[in-house]
Amino acid sequence: MSIKSKALIRAEKLLPGNQDFTSITEDIAGVPEQKKTPIQWWLLFGFSLSLLSIFVGSVGFLIWEGTGIWGINNPVFWGWAIINFVWWVGIGHAGTLISAILHLFRQNWRNAINRFAETMTLFAVICALVFPGIHVGRIWVAYWFLPLPNQMGMWPNMRSPLIWDFFAVFTYFTVSLLFWYTGLIPDLATLRDRAKGLKKKVYGFFALGWRGGNRQWQHYELAYLVLAGISTPLVLSVHSVVSSDFATSVIPGWHTTIFPPYFVAGAIYSGFGMVMTLSIIARKVYNLGHIITVEHLDKMAQIMLLTGCMVGYAYSMEFFVAWYSGNPYESFAFVNRALGPYWWGYWAMIFCNVVVPQFFWFEKYRRHIPFLFITSILVNIGMWFERFVIVVITLHRDFMPGAWAMYNPTMWDVAIYLGTFGLFFTGFLLFLRFLPMVSIAEAKLVLPESDPHHGDSHE
Amino acid sequence: MSKYGVIAKFDNPQSLVHAAEKVRDEGFTKFDCHSPFPIHGMDDAMGLKRSKLGYVIGAMGLTGALFGFGLQTWIHSIEYPMNISGKPYFAYPAYAIITFELMVLFSAFGAVFGMMFFNRIPRFHHPVFYSEKFSDVSSDAFYVSIEIDDPKYDESGVIDFLKNIGGTEIEVLTDEN
Repeated sequence: MSIKSKALIRAEKLLPGNQDFTSITEDIAGVPEQKKTPIQWWLLFGFSLSLLSIFVGSVGFLIWEGTGIWGINNPVFWGWAIINFVWWVGIGHAGTLISAILHLFRQNWRNAINRFAETMTLFAVICALVFPGIHVGRIWVAYWFLPLPNQMGMWPNMRSPLIWDFFAVFTYFTVSLLFWYTGLIPDLATLRDRAKGLKKKVYGFFALGWRGGNRQWQHYELAYLVLAGISTPLVLSVHSVVSSDFATSVIPGWHTTIFPPYFVAGAIYSGFGMVMTLSIIARKVYNLGHIITVEHLDKMAQIMLLTGCMVGYAYSMEFFVAWYSGNPYESFAFVNRALGPYWWGYWAMIFCNVVVPQFFWFEKYRRHIPFLFITSILVNIGMWFERFVIVVITLHRDFMPGAWAMYNPTMWDVAIYLGTFGLFFTGFLLFLRFLPMVSIAEAKLVLPESDPHHGDSHE
Repeated sequence: MSKYGVIAKFDNPQSLVHAAEKVRDEGFTKFDCHSPFPIHGMDDAMGLKRSKLGYVIGAMGLTGALFGFGLQTWIHSIEYPMNISGKPYFAYPAYAIITFELMVLFSAFGAVFGMMFFNRIPRFHHPVFYSEKFSDVSSDAFYVSIEIDDPKYDESGVIDFLKNIGGTEIEVLTDEN
């Protein structure tokens, strides 16, 4: 069998079984309509709430006491807060990639996972935004980021990458929210039409009176297409701008032009890891294996293989350029990554980001769900270590040996990081409980019956 | 008890597209075709012009870009010129990022709120919601609706016409309150 015909057969199998429009609605809308919440949901929700309380407590103490409770020192002024910020923003990228870029490329398989991934983006970006907000120490003046007229006549420095970053992430969050909500409107109408009483009023309010007429779909589809079109350069810009926080400095190991594409590839890699983790859990808990199929997981694993190889290429190119530049500081920074006191961080990163995805060359591993689950978690551990390597290992030994120091996180660093998982999963679980986790309208478009020429003869 | 129009159900996307063509050719203008998902080719079948939303988004994007660039120029060249590490006041290459971000932000607002404006939503009351069965349209049903203020509207004529083109479960939309 040729490769092409195999791919065609696969495409038809995206929605296996005898499904029709009604069964898709029933299956997807049935989840938020469940009378009885599954026990697993309550267990996960309880766990998330306890993490969320750690978050509230530790951030509260941080605001009370100041950033001195963290392990940051001189020269490692940027510690876990920046690592976590970059890590969470990176995770968010897969959502927009799936919903926007794959939409533009007409990759219909995305329809089963895009809602999921977009929601993940929203909560991941919220978790990310926490860190720049709290790392300023005096959180009550965080609004100084904004270009607001004030009696001091002070304005943010628009030539600084930190302000670019603020604008980029803020825009990214807003556009992601609009994109997510626009995609939800037809599905909220479905839930409204099936619900009764108070639920009908609430869903109806957010459905805005959608009635599925083509006079509405016409503008809706254009709006959706344009949102996808503008989100595509946006998502590429966001992590590029995040990388300029580092790349525009003069620290050896940071001052490199490879950073923007390298950060974007890493972001997509970690984001797909997180989508994989979450979708494997959700399809298990809610028995949606026939909607989020092994085919989808296989395709996500392929993208992880691609982006994993891209970050692997970036890691080796960094070393090559450090050597080729002939700059002793630059060369030292990289040798120190691999062989210095934090060598374990570097090799953990290489193992998780470069070695692990190589298994995805083989179909057997791309379709082995327990293996995928473990690797998807390893991917995000690896990407956390990548940011650890970039932030801590680079800073702790810069130009003058007299200024070197080791960095140790405190319990508050760990508590705030763990706490953001509480924030993330609490939000995500509430989404799973009350909103359709797969786009009902778009899932139907994958069925051949949705094509008005279905069944026409082409002879 | 007042009347608002007629709705008729069709079996699938194909028959809805064919029905739309016939309704268009018959000369109706105040009609709509309702489906659970957008149907490819329906705009032509209904004789709809291309959406003007693109112009709104383009104008918003341009406004955002001009605002972003203007804001940065004004802050650093006019309002409070401040020498920071010797960078020029009018450092236009450094303004590219925020200009771009605000262009995207404004375009996104233009896309979503422009879509709402053209679609006349939020609108929580609409005659089609008077029909009980119509609510299936958000799941698996395909409906054509013809409104009473269409110049060609004549109730029995419209009902016969919809029957002829294959519509079933024809219902006159009436307000029961």
